[in-house]
Amino acid sequence: MSILVIAEHDNSELKQATLNVVAAAKAIGGDIDVLVAGENCGAVGEAAAKAEGVNKVLVADNAAYGHFLGENLGELVAEVGKGYSHILAAAGTTGKDFMPRVAALLDVAQVSDIMRVESEDTFVRPIYAGNAIATVKSADSIKVITVRPTAFDPVAGEGGSASVEQLDVVKDAGLSTFVGEELAKSDRPDLGSAGIVVSGGRGMQNGDNFKMLEQVADLMGAAVGASRAAVDAGFVPNDMQVGQTGKIVAPQLYIAVGISGAIQHLAGMSDSKVIVAINKDEEAPIFQVADYGLVADLFEAVPQLEEELKKVL
Amino acid sequence: MKVLVAVKRVIDYNVKVRVKPDNTGVDLANVKMAMNPFCEIAVEEAVRLKEKGVASEIVVVSIGPKACQEQIRTALALGADRGIHIETDEEVQSLEAAKLLKSVVEKEEPKLVILGKQSIDSDNNQTGQMLAALTGMGQGTFASEVVVEGEKVNVTREVDGGLMTVALNLPAVVTTDLRLNEPRYASLPNIMKAKKKPLDAMTPADLGVELAPRLSTLKVEAPASRQAGVKVADVAELVDKLKNEAKVI
Repeated sequence: MSILVIAEHDNSELKQATLNVVAAAKAIGGDIDVLVAGENCGAVGEAAAKAEGVNKVLVADNAAYGHFLGENLGELVAEVGKGYSHILAAAGTTGKDFMPRVAALLDVAQVSDIMRVESEDTFVRPIYAGNAIATVKSADSIKVITVRPTAFDPVAGEGGSASVEQLDVVKDAGLSTFVGEELAKSDRPDLGSAGIVVSGGRGMQNGDNFKMLEQVADLMGAAVGASRAAVDAGFVPNDMQVGQTGKIVAPQLYIAVGISGAIQHLAGMSDSKVIVAINKDEEAPIFQVADYGLVADLFEAVPQLEEELKKVL
Repeated sequence: MKVLVAVKRVIDYNVKVRVKPDNTGVDLANVKMAMNPFCEIAVEEAVRLKEKGVASEIVVVSIGPKACQEQIRTALALGADRGIHIETDEEVQSLEAAKLLKSVVEKEEPKLVILGKQSIDSDNNQTGQMLAALTGMGQGTFASEVVVEGEKVNVTREVDGGLMTVALNLPAVVTTDLRLNEPRYASLPNIMKAKKKPLDAMTPADLGVELAPRLSTLKVEAPASRQAGVKVADVAELVDKLKNEAKVI
């Protein structure tokens, strides 16, 4: 078996999710190659070559891939991937965009968002927003798979010494062009890979009150998230949303503040190692999944938390 | 221009999902069904394009058992002009759905195809992109804004870390994300009128598509449940437990 992993990156840095996907590839077994498609992305190729367990890194460096347009990546990955038994990518918005195109071009099914590998053709994935877990077997000769990164512990990012090969395959479908982007700037760790996440819900009452959470988060080196209710109420932007319709997180510590614990939120965070809930409603469903629950008014508890953390950190 | 919207009949999003005791799937007997929420957003977007004078005709298509016609009628009540029902009682997987929709696209020749980004039952997030690949169209996935300008459509996409805007040549495929719009409710007069709107029924065989599922579901289980932990009395106790018991700070 031979597995092609499509690297997740921003043309300058390899994203950790790639290491999680390589871990999923290792669970399948076989030679693992990594494809880095981007523009001026040589450094990413070097970084990928150091990842544990990688056999060969293929770099497709061209303006056509600079913004990861699904039409172009789809054609490239279908072309490069047709010689492999498995093609894997992280189930982020980039992988979700181009991978189904790859599958359709190769006339195979896609298995989305896998959480576990049972065997080379059988995988476990969530359905119904994580309210049911399906074990799915693929009969296709090439398995196209997106991987839920938080479900696999990453391989080491250092120590490997894969060869790096330049590809001169240029696929510009000519169907789409990049117009612009607005990316949220933050010095805090990325929500998807942070070790600690502090999230606020509708109980925060407005966007300004999220500053309280940011102060606590900065003490602990944590990322700040939000429930869909807080996003829909306009308190914070959508890219902070944790849940089935937002980011799936699985940090060491998840602190839910003023979050009731709707099913769709729980689907995004219940794999966290330790969950803390702070809510004044004793009956809130979030307490049913929390390891430590504090029934309190968050506007008193969060400033106290900041003070107590200053004492111990 | 003509807009094609694909809608799927799924378990209502308010219903608590129960796994069958024999682990063969989710219990759908006597469960309320509805249009997939992302598909409602797709229908709403098409209707708004028509209200702006951009779209001239909205064709709504659904694949599945006879009962799907309820969801087609809902879309017609919301403002779609005409319905197509591809009737089958078999399981239809994403690739097959994309092939069926491709043959509808070839017949109808819409300028824009709008679908939900995923259905809330199988959570695959595949059909729109597969349809785009099979028909050679560009795709604007996870759309939060759709602006048609001449022979192009600008789609603002919700991506990890923010928003990204792409320009696509028409015809194109758009898949909807949650913040694209807030769907309206159908009024009673429109529900009555929808009953008279045309609805064509056909089968996959009529479209020359053979259903051949590649994936088989071996079992479906309830997720491992988390146990509730302890309640702490105050913040000091919480911090102490996090530091000395859980050792996560």
